[in-house]
Amino acid sequence: MTDRAAEFDEARLVAAAKGGDYNAFHALVEAHAPHLYALARRVTGQDADAEDVVQTTFLKALENLANFREEAAFGTWVHAIAVNSALKLLRQRKRTWVGQPGDGEDDSLPQPQLVADWRPSVEQQVEQREFHELLQQVLDELDEKHRVVFVLRDIEQMSVKETAATLGLTESNVKVRLMRARLMLRERLTALLGEGPNLKAHMDDHDHAHLLEGRP
Amino acid sequence: MNCDDMLKMINRYVDGEIDPSMCANLERHLAECNPCRVVVDTLRKTVQFYKGDQMTELPIQFKKKLDDALRQKWDQTMGKG
Ligand SMILES: [Zn+2]
Repeated sequence: MTDRAAEFDEARLVAAAKGGDYNAFHALVEAHAPHLYALARRVTGQDADAEDVVQTTFLKALENLANFREEAAFGTWVHAIAVNSALKLLRQRKRTWVGQPGDGEDDSLPQPQLVADWRPSVEQQVEQREFHELLQQVLDELDEKHRVVFVLRDIEQMSVKETAATLGLTESNVKVRLMRARLMLRERLTALLGEGPNLKAHMDDHDHAHLLEGRP
Repeated sequence: MNCDDMLKMINRYVDGEIDPSMCANLERHLAECNPCRVVVDTLRKTVQFYKGDQMTELPIQFKKKLDDALRQKWDQTMGKG
């Protein structure tokens, strides 16, 4: 289906839902819930939190359905609610908030330590459940302030400006955090997916030499 | 152009945001620096894999729980209208 056709379909569903058709509302939920769950899971790092976020999002959408303008995109609307609920959960859970700038926020970048091509077989694994879990686990290990920027910018494809506004950061903060996030994820994934014999440290740094041993 | 310069621009390079003249410089460096080539390639894959890792279904138990909660709320707010 083309995007325009999908939008038209969605506008029709929204109109029907506003008119009291539960099945129409349910179809909208089915269309958007999986993506919002994945988003919330990545931002919060917890299954239970992701469930909370998705449920809160659609309950809120239901409550405010009457005020929702049909010409607006339903997906954009619930996406914004979900992002805000997920961030609110993070704020509640922690004293330190990801949106706080500062604390050693300079331009220095982590130097790549592990430099190796990834096994070619990786390309065939990307559809598998185990690979999804591996990506999730590596992302979970990233500290919150970098993880959230990476999720909003690279996975959710929000602009730098939007990401900055959502998190209360400057655009340059967002860019630096995104760069660090990508480099840290790349490092960790290389440790897991890199081709053993070729794993070598960049720039004469052999701190990670122990990782090279005992590889298949 | 050295490896540090490359690293500073790696995000903009991977995102295709570098202007063509600078881009030629970077590519010259990449042609002769294997470590940087590998870092660029694996960084690009890192972004691609995460971007492509989308969910098409909710965990089954949660789906049931969500449906029940929404149905109940619907009956309270819309059902009587
Ligand atoms: Zn180099």
